[in-house]
Amino acid sequence: MASGLAKLGNLDRRIIYLLIALAVVIPLLLKLVFPSITTPIVQNIFDEVEALPPRSKVLLTADYGPSTVPENQPMLEAVARHCLHKGLRLYVATIWATGPPMIENMSENVIQRDFPDIVQGTEWVNLGYKAGNQGVINSAYSDFHNAFPTDARGNAVGSIPMMAEIKRLEDFDLIVAIGSGFPGVKEWIQFGGDPSGVPVAGGVTAVEAPLLYPYYPGQLLGLMGGLQGAAEYEAALVTAYPQFEETSTQAIQNMGPQTVAHLLIITFILVGNIAYFAAGREKPRLGVNR
Amino acid sequence: MFFRIWLPVIVTSIVGIVLVTALYVPHDPFGKLNGDFSEYFNIIAAFAFILGAGNLFKIHLDKIYRKTKGWLFSVVTVAGFLITLVAGLLKLGNTGGWEGDVVQPGSWFAIAYDSMFTPLQATMFSILAFFVASASYRAFRAKNTEATLLLAAALIILLGRTFVGYWMTAWMPDSLEFLTIPALSNWIMSVVNQAGQRAILIGIGLGVISTSLKVILGIERSYLGGE
Repeated sequence: MASGLAKLGNLDRRIIYLLIALAVVIPLLLKLVFPSITTPIVQNIFDEVEALPPRSKVLLTADYGPSTVPENQPMLEAVARHCLHKGLRLYVATIWATGPPMIENMSENVIQRDFPDIVQGTEWVNLGYKAGNQGVINSAYSDFHNAFPTDARGNAVGSIPMMAEIKRLEDFDLIVAIGSGFPGVKEWIQFGGDPSGVPVAGGVTAVEAPLLYPYYPGQLLGLMGGLQGAAEYEAALVTAYPQFEETSTQAIQNMGPQTVAHLLIITFILVGNIAYFAAGREKPRLGVNR
Repeated sequence: MFFRIWLPVIVTSIVGIVLVTALYVPHDPFGKLNGDFSEYFNIIAAFAFILGAGNLFKIHLDKIYRKTKGWLFSVVTVAGFLITLVAGLLKLGNTGGWEGDVVQPGSWFAIAYDSMFTPLQATMFSILAFFVASASYRAFRAKNTEATLLLAAALIILLGRTFVGYWMTAWMPDSLEFLTIPALSNWIMSVVNQAGQRAILIGIGLGVISTSLKVILGIERSYLGGE
């Protein structure tokens, strides 16, 4: 019995790969969906957006690339959808070179689909990408028009109606930074939110979330961590505005495969340890190439 | 000597002192200088792309010329870079012409981004799931007290990040709510993790202050090269 358990420690890694693939693919095919419960750290962001009066100015940033789209894009789209539904003015920008297509996708999935009548330049503006990492944020703190002299289409920001009230970063009512690394949420806190006094909310990948907890709740009013964080925001949005149930459940749906994969990984850890103890704590077989 | 060593040291010192002062005295002239210096930084950062491209060419063309191991990958890198650069700069296939957005759907640049860059990046990131699963099976062992604590924390966080965590301990009475998996997961993240992260951040901050002071005072000059 013990030797049988010990043999489990030598399980072919191809079986592990196959099981993890099945754990993701089957729930996707079956459209397995679990309920999402919004935790306070995400609810804070929702409540802040909810409490802003109409025409408030929200800066939404998309500082990530295609590799983290499954985690970050639902956050960007849910927050954008919420802001536009509330009648807030949305300023979207990125300091990542890979960010512009993310904003384009958001425009396609949120604005063209749910808010086809809103006017770019009056209710929302795509300020595009600017190089300079945290230098852009620092520059925007002093003079926003210098940091973002044109929008994504090349129009001078001075000619955009909704930019008239924006001179410095402190003219915004809220900054929601969605990111997956450097420069990202941390830099928006340090160079944007802290000096200007504008509340900052964040949305990051699951691996980055623990690094941002030190800023919560003093400097960061809320944080969406990974796909779960995105699903929690979507859950709050759909609960408050059921009309978005069709369009804003991307992360909630993807939590099905993630939940099953998490359970499988937990099983792997437990089985791996049982095999380890059954083998009498022999030298661990790290990186066995089988 | 003056232009190579002392002029950069003087410029660095002035910029450093002004930026530090501007943090505490945001009024002019420090406020304005802070804004100006940030703009200079942005301009220099844009030039860094040219340097980066030059460096990429230098390294990979050298590999191709010498036909060192994996030189064919360098050919792919250089070709990919040039094709993307030309497609983006000349806005090839852009229905909006020169006026159109560089990422306009249908343009060659957008096709390269959507059909090559995006799936490649997504694939690289997705492969992590398989490695994590394999590593969790083979390496995550309760070998000693520290490893066991780490293992327990990982299991709680993994469960706490899904609905299963709620479901497993939903039966617990309100008086024991703090023992539910979501509550434990939240406690690990917002107390244990936060304390550790803050300690690390404060340590890093002190290190940054120390190094910055040395740079501003001209004691640390290794960034100038040589010496």
